[in-house]
Amino acid sequence: MPNVTFVNETLAAYSDYAFRTAVVIYLVAMVLHLGEYARDRVSSVAVPVAVGAPAPISQPAGDTGRAKRSRAERFGRTAVALTILGAGLHVGSLALRGAAVLRWPWGNMYEFCSAICLVAVLGWLFVLRRTPAMRRVGAFVLLPVVVLLFLAGTVLYAQAAPVMPALRSYWLAIHVTAASISGGLLLVAGVSSALFLVRVRAPRDATDGFVALLPTRDTLDRVAYRLTVIAFPIWTFAIMTGAIWAEAAWGRFWGWDPKETVAFVAWVVYGGYLHARATAGWRNGGAAWVNVVGFAVMLFNLFFVNLVTAGLHSYAGVS
Amino acid sequence: MSLSTHPRAEPAQPTESAEPPRHRTPIALLRNTWRGLTSMRTALVLLFLLALAALPGALLPQRSLNPAKIEQYRLQHPSLAPLLERLGFFEVFASPWFAAIYLLLFISLIGCLGPRTLDYARACRAAPVVTPRNLSRMPHYASGTVDASPGEVLADVWRRLRGWRVAVSPEPDGGHAVSAERGYLREAGNLTFHLALVGLLIAFAVGKLFGYEGQVIVLTDGNQFCNTGILGYDSFQAGTLVDGTSLSPFCVKVDTFDADYLPSGQPADYRAGIGYQVGADLANGPNGPWRPYQLKVNAPLRIVGDRVYLLGHGYAPVFTVTFPDGEVRTATTQWRPADPNTLLSEGATKIDRPGLADEAQRRRNQLAITGLLAPTSSGGTLITSVFPALLRPEVAVDILRGDLGLDDGRGQSIFEVDQRQIASGALTRVARKNLRPGEQLRLDDGTTVRFDRVTQWVSLQISHDPAQQWVLVFAVAVLAGLATSLTIKRRRFWVRLRPADGAGRTAMEIGGLARTDQAGYGEEFFRLRADLLRERKTGGGA
Repeated sequence: MPNVTFVNETLAAYSDYAFRTAVVIYLVAMVLHLGEYARDRVSSVAVPVAVGAPAPISQPAGDTGRAKRSRAERFGRTAVALTILGAGLHVGSLALRGAAVLRWPWGNMYEFCSAICLVAVLGWLFVLRRTPAMRRVGAFVLLPVVVLLFLAGTVLYAQAAPVMPALRSYWLAIHVTAASISGGLLLVAGVSSALFLVRVRAPRDATDGFVALLPTRDTLDRVAYRLTVIAFPIWTFAIMTGAIWAEAAWGRFWGWDPKETVAFVAWVVYGGYLHARATAGWRNGGAAWVNVVGFAVMLFNLFFVNLVTAGLHSYAGVS
Repeated sequence: MSLSTHPRAEPAQPTESAEPPRHRTPIALLRNTWRGLTSMRTALVLLFLLALAALPGALLPQRSLNPAKIEQYRLQHPSLAPLLERLGFFEVFASPWFAAIYLLLFISLIGCLGPRTLDYARACRAAPVVTPRNLSRMPHYASGTVDASPGEVLADVWRRLRGWRVAVSPEPDGGHAVSAERGYLREAGNLTFHLALVGLLIAFAVGKLFGYEGQVIVLTDGNQFCNTGILGYDSFQAGTLVDGTSLSPFCVKVDTFDADYLPSGQPADYRAGIGYQVGADLANGPNGPWRPYQLKVNAPLRIVGDRVYLLGHGYAPVFTVTFPDGEVRTATTQWRPADPNTLLSEGATKIDRPGLADEAQRRRNQLAITGLLAPTSSGGTLITSVFPALLRPEVAVDILRGDLGLDDGRGQSIFEVDQRQIASGALTRVARKNLRPGEQLRLDDGTTVRFDRVTQWVSLQISHDPAQQWVLVFAVAVLAGLATSLTIKRRRFWVRLRPADGAGRTAMEIGGLARTDQAGYGEEFFRLRADLLRERKTGGGA
């Protein structure tokens, strides 16, 4: 047998360890991000609830507030540091998987989901670097990431193995990489738009509750838009390279296979988002809804189409 | 339907109450309809309708993908299915309502693109706008005084604005106003994107009209297929403008087929060793030279505008039947995989008894060998396949004798016998046995059936799409236009300078405006500000 059947079990095992550790670290980072909220909520509303002090508090509230805010700050910073660590392990997990099977490590649903989540986390860290005010969104970005990775590691998990003949092509590297990058970035954009919708529901001058702690609506809207503007051409590229690959593998460049159809629907929805955002009257909410719908379509394409409908995009490893 | 800071002019809302529709002239009605159709809101609604209309294509079984699933759906939803059928939900992408949406969308798109292209052509020739009187009202603004004469500063400004479209005009107070604009390519990219989408749709449609696609099963060991007519195919789907009389001439000969499997049975690689003849080769006939090619899953053969694909493969058992009168017939018929993982196959090899002149007698003595073929048999009485490769082949067959019903004018599957013939008693089972290669069984009339060996078949697809390279060209243009229009920012920059108090000093005001709705222009403005105002450090608000 040629070396296509070669699997380095040791590297594959290390890849799995790195993957599980990364998920746990993301989970801890998410909880710390949430802790950041709890702390801040205590500091902004909490003075009357202070334990054992029914009498009015004479102490200046500013001091306790500042002390507690710095603790929240520490929570947030630790969460970001952990996210970076988790991302490092996550990169290691995929690299080891690739080394174990000597091919690009996104040839089945487990690996593909993992790659999307990695891009989401890296994209999120990039957003954070450009826009530090987004830090409080961390918990909401890590939540879908942790859920997706958990599903990938359990339901969708596939042993390290060579891929089926149709996937043995250099287009795997190009098409699936582009799909993962755009999928990951659109995940962060979708979360940002969803929080924008939460934000616009609240009065602009809301001072307490978790909504007040979110970034401003302009920040959320701008982050969602910028990520979509980057991801949309990459998604277009992913669809086109998919068509080129399909022409070589399946005999036609476009055949309305369920995966192709829903990818097209997502493309149309995101195109609609970019237009809606440039249209007066759609900016306050309308466009953000479209972006959230786009994200829902992407998730639908990832799970429902691959697992429920029987199209040509059913990969090895999931029955 | 285009991205810009200038949303399409919304049509003036018709004042229905003041002016009832019947008072409108037909021209006005037409104009308003056209304006409504080409408005951004309509385009957006059509875009979302398109997305919504495509969804059933992914959720419901589609005729073009899998007709068998429609039958299954019909059984599960007996009341809903006929309605869906009539509304075209099983052929979404061929349905009139889907076509209506995308045609309206493209009309709307063209209606928008025409005027915008003219506007753009005009804007490209026009000089940058006059410098506003009050620059401090611009989103970006800075002012300062530098140690240089107005002439030097103007030269400096001119140098630093290389790549910008610049207009300089003298001011009444002895100073100068500089107006600059750049990022014109954004709109060019935008127009390219949308025009290329129209081109892509047209190329797609042309391909569908003039293209064809056919599937054929060819046995290995040198069997041939020639693309001479539709009848040579097992199935054939053609565009509306293809009559099948002028297919590209070529022949393909399949010599070998090899598959590699992982120990789990998962396929790792498929290869078919084929030869082909094209053009002048064809004159040499089947015994002439063949050009060799290795056909693989991701490597189709591309010849004379057609593509030949390796779609699938399977096994064909070879049986030799020796009749009591000494006549021998060897039959090789492809059986189809019943289990894609282990390639357990099923089929029916049908044999006419030779040497019988009497038609009725001949029909009573037709034979069919049906059952299962396991490429790697589990052994035992009830065999199944445990591995897809041909390691331990075995067949479990029923021999049926009687009238196969081949002559009644109805087409029948090559993979099974007509069950009605069995039900009517015209066809009866005369033997059942498991056979390994070389083994044989004897029927009650002395006929022997020997299982010789197993050969392979490949399923080929021949595709023809004369416009697909144009689809690719337009797709590349779509992508290039999109990237251009989303990365380039249209922005304006103004400088007003006048002699300041003291010799050799110049007072400057600079202003900036991003015409793209995403500002993102800040950094470039800050850099220009730092350069022009000779600031030590950059950053900070204006």
